[in-house]
Amino acid sequence: MKPFYGTQLPSRMMLGTAQYPSPAVLAQAFRASKASVATVSLRRESGAGETFWRMIQDLGVLILPNTAGCHTVKEAVTTAHMAREVFDTNWIKLEVIGHADSLQPDVFQLVEAARILAADGFQVFPYTTEDLIVGEKLLDAGCEILMPWGAPIGSGLGLNNEYALRAMRAEFPDVPMVIDAGIGLPSHAAHAMELGFDAVLMNTAVAHAGDPVEMARAMAQAIEAGTKAHRADPIEARDMAEPSTPVIGKAFLT
Amino acid sequence: MKIVLNGELCEVQAMNLAEVLVERGLNSRVATAVNEEFVPSVMRAGHQLRDGDRVEVLSPMQGG
Repeated sequence: MKPFYGTQLPSRMMLGTAQYPSPAVLAQAFRASKASVATVSLRRESGAGETFWRMIQDLGVLILPNTAGCHTVKEAVTTAHMAREVFDTNWIKLEVIGHADSLQPDVFQLVEAARILAADGFQVFPYTTEDLIVGEKLLDAGCEILMPWGAPIGSGLGLNNEYALRAMRAEFPDVPMVIDAGIGLPSHAAHAMELGFDAVLMNTAVAHAGDPVEMARAMAQAIEAGTKAHRADPIEARDMAEPSTPVIGKAFLT
Repeated sequence: MKIVLNGELCEVQAMNLAEVLVERGLNSRVATAVNEEFVPSVMRAGHQLRDGDRVEVLSPMQGG
């Protein structure tokens, strides 16, 4: 597996910490998912921050703070600085949202914020679209990882634009790439792995499942299956049938 | 002096950012910003507040 900013992740699962029915279920889901990274955020202190901090420490995973909800470069950069101090990490999942309904990234501001943060020593994980040119600009800006969306956050639609994601994978073979957002089912996670992506990042698919722990386990198995499938060099799909049973030697019985 | 602390107007005795955190019991793991500018923890004691300043005090929270 390609290192993420010099860190070798023990698994290809990155999991969000929001929306679980309880902290206990969150912890169990993390164990079942074999996640190696937990995404977290910063919000106004309400007295719960210290408890949550201790709980995520106990998960024993790497912490990836986000800039969720930010709509401007300035807001995202300031949030990143605050996150770096609180979480004591240079890692930042950079989100600059451009559209209220689809939560589609504003890729113009995203590139600008990424450039500012990378120059300031941050290791930026940009939440981006599947646009190849934006990917190039993000790499130029100093990102060493790309996180294209599969589908809008929380939609569970899977990989909406497989063609573009394939193109992106082919264009940047050496860049660690994570499918971030849109995963709803284990088959979507397996799909991402089969296409050769390096990891998946999800939250809602697990946290909002009827049984988050069982879903976390299913996701872990799907990621493992998809990874093995990619390594095994799958066949190309084709339009016409091709008999698998030998034709030669067939009896003449008509 | 009146400041806007996490969106709510409140009266404080403190004169600088570090003292505000102590006065309001916000001395756990937090990050601060004043008037939309990040103020690192080492700068808080030296950051004098003015009437009407907007202070944000953020802490770790669940996120995706």
